[in-house]
Amino acid sequence: MAEVTKLIHEYLRHDKKFPHVWCPGCGIGIMLGALIRAIDRTGFSKDEIVMISGIGCTGRLPVYVDFNTLHTTHGRALTFATGVKLAKPSLKVIVIMGDGDAVAIGGNHFIHAARRNIDVTAIILNNSVYGMTGGQFSPTTPYGMKTTTTMYSNVEQAFKISELAITAGAAFVARGTVYHTRGLDSLFERAFMKKGFSVVEVISHCHTQYGRLNRMGTAVEMMEWQRDHAVTVEKAAQMNEEELRDKFKVGVLADRELPVFEDEYGKIRAMSKGTPAK
Amino acid sequence: MKKGIEVSIAASMAAKLARVEVIAAYPITPQTHIVEHLSELVANGELDAAYINVESEHSAMSACCGSSAAGARTFTSTSAQGLELMHEILFIASGMRLPIVMATVNRALSSPLSIWGDHSDVMAARDTGWIMLFCENGQEVVDSIIMAFKIAEDRRVLLPVMVNLDGFSLSHVIEPIEFPSQDEVDRFLPPYSPLYTLHPDKPVTMGAYAMPELYTEAKYAQEMAIVNSRSVVAQAMEEFGKSFGRSYKLVETYNTENADFVFIALGAINENIKTAIDALKEEGKEAGLISLRLFRPFPVEELLTALGNKKRAAVIERVMPGGALNSPLYNEVSSLVHAHNMNLSVQNYILGLGGRDAQPEEFMEIFRTADTKETSKKDMNFTVIGVRA
Repeated sequence: MAEVTKLIHEYLRHDKKFPHVWCPGCGIGIMLGALIRAIDRTGFSKDEIVMISGIGCTGRLPVYVDFNTLHTTHGRALTFATGVKLAKPSLKVIVIMGDGDAVAIGGNHFIHAARRNIDVTAIILNNSVYGMTGGQFSPTTPYGMKTTTTMYSNVEQAFKISELAITAGAAFVARGTVYHTRGLDSLFERAFMKKGFSVVEVISHCHTQYGRLNRMGTAVEMMEWQRDHAVTVEKAAQMNEEELRDKFKVGVLADRELPVFEDEYGKIRAMSKGTPAK
Repeated sequence: MKKGIEVSIAASMAAKLARVEVIAAYPITPQTHIVEHLSELVANGELDAAYINVESEHSAMSACCGSSAAGARTFTSTSAQGLELMHEILFIASGMRLPIVMATVNRALSSPLSIWGDHSDVMAARDTGWIMLFCENGQEVVDSIIMAFKIAEDRRVLLPVMVNLDGFSLSHVIEPIEFPSQDEVDRFLPPYSPLYTLHPDKPVTMGAYAMPELYTEAKYAQEMAIVNSRSVVAQAMEEFGKSFGRSYKLVETYNTENADFVFIALGAINENIKTAIDALKEEGKEAGLISLRLFRPFPVEELLTALGNKKRAAVIERVMPGGALNSPLYNEVSSLVHAHNMNLSVQNYILGLGGRDAQPEEFMEIFRTADTKETSKKDMNFTVIGVRA
């Protein structure tokens, strides 16, 4: 307990009014805890970290933490982050988004940040729905599920955020759940230490909107669903397609060395300065 | 018979009564209830329309342009950042002469982030070529949405129409509202019959590249359309009055006949101003209100008539000028006063930003102080009410 209290006093804003805005049972608070523990372990100072968010339930997170923070517009957090990183490459830039923020309104920025492989960490809490605005379907709402805007059933296919990030060119991609809390700590830590665009997709639940409409039970039952449907990358390697049908992989899905944008750009700048003017 | 109903829900009921065929929208507070209820109506089979839930407001307005160009009666709704994200496409809708109707639930713009009401969103979009109506109460919202389609689709107009209602202070309140029957609305608003539409048998091009020798003429034709739409809006309001028994005017007045002093304002705030005017009357003082229901095109003649030979006016706005000499409505009133050599002293007051209440007492105070203010010696003419140093 003492350790927890120390972290709270160190990283949460003392002047902020608690309790936070999230519903009782929400996974965002669990993710916030994991974030703070991971940052503490990496040894970054609070002033070295910039936490940037857009809009939505998850977008509220930086409001509560004592780092440099930017609360921006819906979907654009990664573009603000790109500006911060290029202006001050020494800063550790962490972007916090929800699924609507990251892959709907900000989807284009997400794939291009990955393609560019800029040294920014994107943390995406995926709860399959727009929670704050009333439970509308998002690009990660699975086919066939109910939301307030798909009252019969969702007819669109869902994005797989991690797979999208891998294909788009991110150097590091991992997926965890808020059920596997301690696992999240280490995924975050590895993502922060990775040079290049790192993505951690956090599978969470919205029992208030999505869970209620789809009769998935309480927050605890939805977390048990995460437990029962997550398989580690190692275990998945030994399973066949049929066994993996209704499962999702957790753990590090990609970890590769790729040219990092600001390094490459720095080289060009150095070269251009060294070239005599015509 | 009147029904007690949330104004947002009433707005969606009005869109249903107008038999909209396509709705494309993205959730944003405080607009969400409108499109959410429409999606329910579509899902329940009560409204035969295509509901497109897109990935951003930019896509919402783009999809609306597509469906309107294909000849469908199209509706959407947004607020604040959503309207600004649509900004690029707002010009496309008006330039292509697409009669889309949008309910804009007015909200403050970020940053700092605020979900509460003011007019910074609509004022940033005021010159996009859309016809703009402002509503004071829920009944006006319902009636305006029905009228908006009539105006937009009129072949003398063919322009998009924005119906503005204040976020929360109007959108989220429950008011007694009278709904016309479907038959009555059908008689008032016949099915949309587009002049030009995208069709494989009779192909047309919309929004094509215009070289310098054509662009000016295209924009001039569009400008004439919006300027001339003023009489069509007035006509639609008159016809609405005959059909439904509730008459509206481009510019409404309240107690102006007895007063030398008038407030000029837009939106739901006007009901508080009327309360202030009533209270002043009890003190034996006379103030009037000029309420602009139509903001674009600017109702020049009607405003001049309403102003008559008033001595003093206070223009009340819920938006910061952003570096301009004064706030937008003031600037227009001021240029009118100048162009017509009117002997009218006009003051500019800014209040109600980001959801801050504007109480009748504040308007009473404005009335009391407006008289004594020195204006010419100040660099900035506007006064922000209630700002803490």
